[in-house]
Parts: sequence; C-alpha cells; structure tokens
Amino acid sequence: MTPATNAAKPPIPEPILSAKDVNAYFNAFHAVRGVSLDVEPNSVTALIGPSGCGKSTFLRTLNRLHEEIPGARFEGEVTLEGENIYGRGMDPVQVRRKIGMVFQKPNPFPSLSIYENVVVGLTLAGVKDRRLLDETAERALKHSALWDEVKDKLRAPGTSLSGGQQQRLCIARALAVKPPVILMDEPTSALDPISTARIEELLGELKKEVTVVIVTHNMQQAARCSDRTAFFFMGELVEYDRSTRLFTNPQDKRTEQYITGRFG
Amino acid sequence: MSTASPITSPSPSRRPSTRPINPGDRLFRRVLMGLSGVVVAVLALIAIYLAKLSWPAIHEFGLGFFWTTDWDPVKEHFGAGAFIFGTLVSSFFALALAVPLSIAVGLFLTELAPPRAAAVVGFMVEMLAAIPSVVYGLWGIFFLAPLLRLYVQPFLGRHFGWLFLFQGPPYGIGMLAAGLILAIMVTPTITAICREVFRAVPNTQREAALGLGATKWEMIRLAVVKSSWSGVFGAGILGLGRALGETMAVTMLIGNRNEISTSLFSPGQTMASVIANEYAEAGSNIHVAALAYVGLALFVVSFAVNHLARRIVKRLEMGGTR
Amino acid sequence: MTFQDVYAKLDARRTIVNRLMLGLLGLASLVAILPLVFVLYYVVHRGIQGLNLSFFTQLPKPVGETGGGLGNAVLGTLVLVGLGSAVGVPIGIASGVFLSEFKRSRFAPWLRSAVELLAGVPSIILGIFAYAVLVVPLHGFSAAAGALALAIILIPTVAKTTEEVLKLVPDHIREAGLGLGLPRWKVILRIVVYGSRSGILTGVMLGVARISGESAPLLFTALNSQYWPRGLLAPISSLPVQIYTYAISPFDDWTQLAWTGSMVLVLFVLVANLLMRAILGGKKA
Repeated sequence: MTPATNAAKPPIPEPILSAKDVNAYFNAFHAVRGVSLDVEPNSVTALIGPSGCGKSTFLRTLNRLHEEIPGARFEGEVTLEGENIYGRGMDPVQVRRKIGMVFQKPNPFPSLSIYENVVVGLTLAGVKDRRLLDETAERALKHSALWDEVKDKLRAPGTSLSGGQQQRLCIARALAVKPPVILMDEPTSALDPISTARIEELLGELKKEVTVVIVTHNMQQAARCSDRTAFFFMGELVEYDRSTRLFTNPQDKRTEQYITGRFG
Repeated sequence: MSTASPITSPSPSRRPSTRPINPGDRLFRRVLMGLSGVVVAVLALIAIYLAKLSWPAIHEFGLGFFWTTDWDPVKEHFGAGAFIFGTLVSSFFALALAVPLSIAVGLFLTELAPPRAAAVVGFMVEMLAAIPSVVYGLWGIFFLAPLLRLYVQPFLGRHFGWLFLFQGPPYGIGMLAAGLILAIMVTPTITAICREVFRAVPNTQREAALGLGATKWEMIRLAVVKSSWSGVFGAGILGLGRALGETMAVTMLIGNRNEISTSLFSPGQTMASVIANEYAEAGSNIHVAALAYVGLALFVVSFAVNHLARRIVKRLEMGGTR
Repeated sequence: MTFQDVYAKLDARRTIVNRLMLGLLGLASLVAILPLVFVLYYVVHRGIQGLNLSFFTQLPKPVGETGGGLGNAVLGTLVLVGLGSAVGVPIGIASGVFLSEFKRSRFAPWLRSAVELLAGVPSIILGIFAYAVLVVPLHGFSAAAGALALAIILIPTVAKTTEEVLKLVPDHIREAGLGLGLPRWKVILRIVVYGSRSGILTGVMLGVARISGESAPLLFTALNSQYWPRGLLAPISSLPVQIYTYAISPFDDWTQLAWTGSMVLVLFVLVANLLMRAILGGKKA
C-alpha cells in the first residue's frame, strides 16, 4: 500500500477507521477529491475548513449516509476495524449501527418521549427487555451529561427540551446503541455558547469509550477539543496532524492562511 | 407602511390593501370583486334554495326524517334512515380500503420509488380521479359486478360466511360493489394529501433514523409515518367528503333498494343515489321536497366534513413552514 | 459483547421485515393503478367496436333497429359544456386573479373559503340548485339549467388553478411593471395574467374536461332527449347521461353505444390531462 501524501503525522499504527482515496460526487460535482485519512481509536478527530470544502460530505461517506442523497456517488474504500464498509455484501444499515451520527441541528423524534428517543435504536431492533432498556437509557443519559436534568421527566416529549439539551439527547441516542465510532456534523453550530461549552466538555469524556470524528467550522473548538485535526480545502485534504502542531506550526500555506483567519 | 404608494412599495402584493387611487385600478378591482362575489353568493344561495325547496318536508317530517326508514312515495310518507345508513356504510367501507392503500402508495412515491417511476405511478394514480364517474359505473356493471358475483362473493361466503358482513345471495351489484368503486375513486384524493404530508417531513428526521442504523422500513415507520398521523387523518376526512357525495357510479352499482342490511352483499341506497334515481320522476311536491331535504342534509354534512379537513390540512401547512 | 449479540440475533428478522414491508408498499402501488389499466382496457376494447362516423352523426335508433349513433348527445355535451364554460370561466378566472393579486383584501379569505367549500359540494347538490333556480320558475327541464349546474362546478377548479399559476409569477415581475409607471390593473392583466396564459388555459381545459364527464347534476336539469338540441329552454341530451341510460338498459346495441361514448369521453379527459402535464410540467420544473 502506498502511503497517502497527506497521511497523518505521526502515523497511526492501528487506526479504527481508515479512508483510502475517497471520492464523492453529487451528480457532476466532485465534492471530495481523493481523501485518505486514518482515525486513531479513542480520540477526537476534527475536520475543519471553509464552508463547501467537502468536510461534511466526507464525514457522511464514513457511515454511508452520503449515498442516501439522490444523485450522490462514491469511490474509494473506508475500513472500520479492518473491514471495508463499502465491500461487497456490506449492508449500510449494519454500518450505521457501528458508526453513529449526531447532526447539525438537534433532531429528536417529535412523536417520542425523552426515554423513547434514547432507546429507540434498541426498540427498533426489537429489544423488549425492560431492564436492559432502562439500564441503557440511564447509562447513555449519564454519559451524555443529561441525566440529572431529565431523570424526573423521562416521559416528556423529546422536543420539550432546550436546544442544547436536545443535542445532548441526540448524543445519548447515538451512544445507546454502543457504536465504536460516532460522527458529529457541526453539532454545536445551532447552539448557544453555554450549551456549546457543555458539549465540548462532553467530548473529552466520550473518547474514553468511543472514537469521535467531528466536523466543525469553529477553529477554537477544534483546537480545544480534538487530538488531531484535518484541514479540508476545495474537496481535498490539505493537512492532517496533531492539533497542537497543526494550529501552531502548519506545514501548508493554505492551512496557515485559514487558521490565521485570512479566508473562510 | 399601510400608506406606501404602490410604486414605491417593495412588494406590492404583500402590502396591506389600500383602496386604489388610480381610477382604472378602482374599476378593475370592482369588476373582479363583482365577478368573484358571485362565488360567495352562489354558496349562500345554494343553502337558501335547498332550504326553501325542502321546507314542506322539513315542516312535515321534522328531524325524525333522519331515523325513520319508511320511504313510500305512494303513501307520501318519507324517512331517510336507510339512505343515511347506506351512505355511511359505503363511505366508511371505501375508506377502510382506500386509506391504507393510499398511505402505502404515498410512502412508495415519496420514500422508495426512483423519481422517474414515481412520476409515472403518481400520474396514473391522479388519472384515476379524472375518469368520469359514469364510466366507472359502466365498467362496474360489466366487469366488477360479474367478478364479484361469480368469484369474490362465493369465496367470501364460503370462508367468511359466519361473519355478518358476508351473508346472503351473491348479486354482484350491492354495497360491496359500490364500496369498492368508491375506494377506487377516493384513492387519488387521499394519496395526493398523504404524499404532501410525507414530503413535508424534514430530511433531518430521516437521517436521524438512518444514522441510528434503522432499516429503510424502520426509518419510514419512525421518522415519516409517526409524525404524519394528523395529516393522514385530514386526508381521510377529505376522502370521506368525496365519498359521501359521489353519485353516479354508486347509483349504478349499489342496487337501489331502500333497506338496511348488515351484509355487504345486499343492495342498498345512498343519499346521493336516491336523489339521482327519483328526482326527475318525483310526482308530488312533497316527494320533491323530501328529496331536497336529503340533499340539504348531504350539503350540510359535506360542508362540515370539508371544513374540518381544510382546517386540519391548513394547520399542517403552517406547521410545515415553521 | 452481549449487546452486539442481542443485535445479531434480531438482525435477520429486521432484514426480512424490511424487505417484506417495502415489497408490500410496491405491491400496493401496483394494486392502486390496476383499476386504471382495467378501466382503460375495457373502455377501449369494448368502445372501439362501435366507433364509426355514424356514432357522431346519427341519432340513436329505436330498440330493434341496428345502427344509429349518439350524435345528439355529443352535440348536446358540446352545447352544455360550451355554455357552462362561457359562464363559469370568466368568474373562475376573476376569482383566481383576485385571490392571487389582492390576497391582503378583507374579501379574500371569504372568497378563498367559498371557493374551497364550493369545490367540496357534491355535484348532485348543484343539480338541485339549478333545478330550483331555473327548472321550477320556467316550468320545465332545460339545457340552460344543466349549463348553470356545470358552470358552478367549473368555477372552483378554474379559480384554484388560476391562483396557483399566478402565484408562480415572482413579485419582482410585478414590481418591474409598477416601476415602469403602469397602473396596477395593467400590470396584472398585461404582464401577470398574459404571461401565465398557457397555465390558465390548461386549468380551464382541465375544468372543461371534468364537467364534460359530469352526469349527476344533469339528470334533472338538462334531462335527456332523443332529438337534436332544440334550443336552450328545451331538454337536451348529453354523453354522460346517455351513457348512464344505456348502461342500465338491457339491449346490446345500446350497451355498445354506452361503451363507445365512454371511450370518447375518457380519451378526451386523458388527452386534456396529458396536455396540461406537458405545458405545466415544463414551467414548474
């Protein structure tokens, strides 16, 4: 295997998630161009770049959500723990159970209660064991730092919570199915600063159990919470490095211009 | 901002209305109002004329008209109970078939079918609404009724004859045939609304479900169907409004017998079909009045049903833009 | 991990349920369009056997004699629909223009409710109305009464499509007209309405197609007739009513005429709908 030019520095010996030469298209538009990127287990990896740079699209290829958009096309390979998720006979549904997702806008199911929202991944699967469900709900809510705020109103509709609480509910919902990897697509962009701070705090806790890949347009956020950062520009991966290094000593001129706020 | 002149106003049609200053504009507005005023007037006149025509029957039979079933033009005694029963049974039977079918078609068109297939299937379903009622009646007499009489009814009678719905001799023509043809006729109406309701579900909901590892069907159930019930209900009500007043195909297929039977195999009569059958030949004034009274009731009911459906659908439209 | 074990066990079932339900949705769509296929097939198959020139040019023959046509019914439908459109189209377009261009008027919500509720009134009720307004005072069934009923059915259809089509005209077009110093009425008529004429026309055609298939409101207004049309104050024959009469008659010759009449009607309706697709389809996309 030839190492990609922009492979992580220092190299990651045993990546949990690994993208190789990923290309993504919307009809004729080439949104992601030959991106290769390895993700270290139990870390937070941030994807940054100006809007329209392909970071969100790339994120969505990692759990095969990209292909749900009409006109979308994919080329390349993504492996999860060594297994190609685009391999022959791989069911995208299976993939998404192992690689969860938290979206830009909090999207709890409006017809379900807080409790039902958290365990919906399990009840969908047909899990009926009351004790297992209760335990899972409590653990996921505690893990997403929402438990104390909602433990007395688990039957209230999920949409009755504030925006920040809704987003943590969505994180709990993703955690409940115990995926090894969770993708987050600008999870704080619709939230106020206090809610944002709580979720940033949460990221440090989360990585003890799961691997997080987060897209953000907020460089401070990436610098604060991520172990590694990848800078995307015009559909390409420009630079990928430890966050401490990328933000202090960027190797590429475009990265430097971006992090010093000269465009984007 | 209500005093802004039309020329400087940034968005003329959104501007709160002021009386036009230009004489040409004033005339134009008056002409339009005069013509469209006819629409409002007609609606009011329909109610007034129906009440006037049916007055002798209202006076004679009162509200008891609706639960007595004795309809005898010779003795000049009239009660519409059997028609109301027939209308309700045929309409709700039709809805029981058409609503699930329309939900399924709506889901297929919005969630499953590739755009081109959806366009073709959608167009064909819409065309079901364009075929004239009398053509459905003709087809029903020569195709549907024989099919029911020779195959469907004997089968139902043999295997489900213990159920009160499927008893009696298979005529072909009757409540079953009328209900089936009604189901075909209201399916496009209900499907159209279901489609809009499902389409209004935000994609973020679908992605939330898919991102959890839901299968497509689970995604449909969780993200699409669960949040659409009130819209589907509105669609059903709108379908009910159509079914209640549908006349020709039902008249040709229901058998036109003034009786109440619990079996779908029996002939019956609806409010609309009795008017179609007897109005032109009604001999006496009181007979005409009784038929007009049935018409008045049908008018009031379909008015109320449509109003209800409109309110439900309107509320959804407002929710959709939120 | 116990958790993934639970999942794995249930997975096979989920996949099967998924396939089954998606298959059912497709099957339901097939079931829904099946009646259309059957109706079209039957109407064309049976109707084409009686299609010849005399269908359009001759009167029906009495029972026992072969041949004859529905010339009077075809002409009668043209008269009724033409007259109904002459009354209904201007009112419908005017209402649609008002709803689109004066939506802030205090009258607009009333008009909108009236249009929508009128669209929901069963057509047979409009027959009773026309009967009360024209048949009773004139002491007789007449083409005029039938045309009135059809006109009222036409109004909401035309009004709604006109409003929809005019709403597609962006506001900046109106502003451009007003900016040129044109009075509002000229902007509306010459720019907005004129620019949307093909859309309005298809709306009218759609309404016309619908009323040409209406029979219920004609049963006791225009009634029916064995002769060529004899003026607006006499009963008149129409295709839908003639189809109804012949459909429930026991004679094969008459049944044949009913099928052929249905074919003519259905083809007209389908062509009108396809045309409107072709014209509006290009615009909306």
